[in-house]
Amino acid sequence: MTDKLEVDIKVPNQTRYLGLIGKIGEDIARTLKRFKGDREELAYHINLVLTEAISNAIRHANDDDPDKEIHISIYIKDQKLHIRVYDQGEGFDITRLPSPELKYLDEHGRGVYIIRSLMDEVTYKRLKDGHVLEMIKSLH
Amino acid sequence: MIVQIEEKDNVVLIQVKEERLDAHNSGELKNQMLNLFEEGKNNLVVNLVDVRFVDSSGLGSLVSGFKNASARNGSLKLCGLQPQVKSMFELTRLHRVFEIFPDSEEALASFE
Repeated sequence: MTDKLEVDIKVPNQTRYLGLIGKIGEDIARTLKRFKGDREELAYHINLVLTEAISNAIRHANDDDPDKEIHISIYIKDQKLHIRVYDQGEGFDITRLPSPELKYLDEHGRGVYIIRSLMDEVTYKRLKDGHVLEMIKSLH
Repeated sequence: MIVQIEEKDNVVLIQVKEERLDAHNSGELKNQMLNLFEEGKNNLVVNLVDVRFVDSSGLGSLVSGFKNASARNGSLKLCGLQPQVKSMFELTRLHRVFEIFPDSEEALASFE
C-alpha cells in the first residue's frame, strides 16, 4: 500500500493566511500512517516551517505585494515529506543565516535558522518566474 | 490581536489572548508594548498561557520589548509558556535571555 498524498494550495500574498496553511500542514503530519516518531511534535514543526517559509516569501521575496500569490505544494515521496513554497519575486538571500547569538539580540533573522534546524534538507532555487524554497523531512 | 492589559502597582501585565503569535499579529503586540513604554511603563510581564504557537516574528516582538524595557532601566518578564512555545525559546537560545516564570503571580511577585 502506498501513502500517496499531494496537496497544492494557492493563497494571496497576505499574512492572514499563515494560520490556515499552518493548520493544513499540522493535519497532514497527523495523517502520516507510517511515521513512528512523535506525531504531535512533527505536526508543530510542520506548522512552524510553513509559517516561517511563507512569511519570508510574503515579506522578503514578494515584497509585501498583496496582488502577488503564494503557491504551496506538499507531497510524500520515498518516505520523505516534501514542502515547496513558491514565490513570484526577486528572492532573498538564504545564506544570510545568523546563528542565534545572544549578544546581538536581533529582532529578525531567526526564521531560516529555525527551518534549517527542524528539516533535513533545505534548498532555495530560482525559477523562470520566481523562486522555490524546498524543505524535506525524512519520515523514517 | 487581542490583549488584556492590567496594571499591578508598578508592573503592567499583558495577557496575549491569541492562539498564535506570528508574522500576522506580532507587530501589534510590539506596538502595544511601545505605547506602554511611551507612557513611562517600563516593567512588563507578558503572559503567554493562551498562546499555543509562536514563530520567529513573535519571538522578535518579545525581543523588541525586552530591549526597550532594558534600555529604560525596566524589565520584561514572561510567564505561562506552553511546552511547544517553550521549545521555541530553547531552540533559539532565548530562554537564556528572558526571565521565565510558571504563572503571572510568580512573575509579578519577582518585582517586589
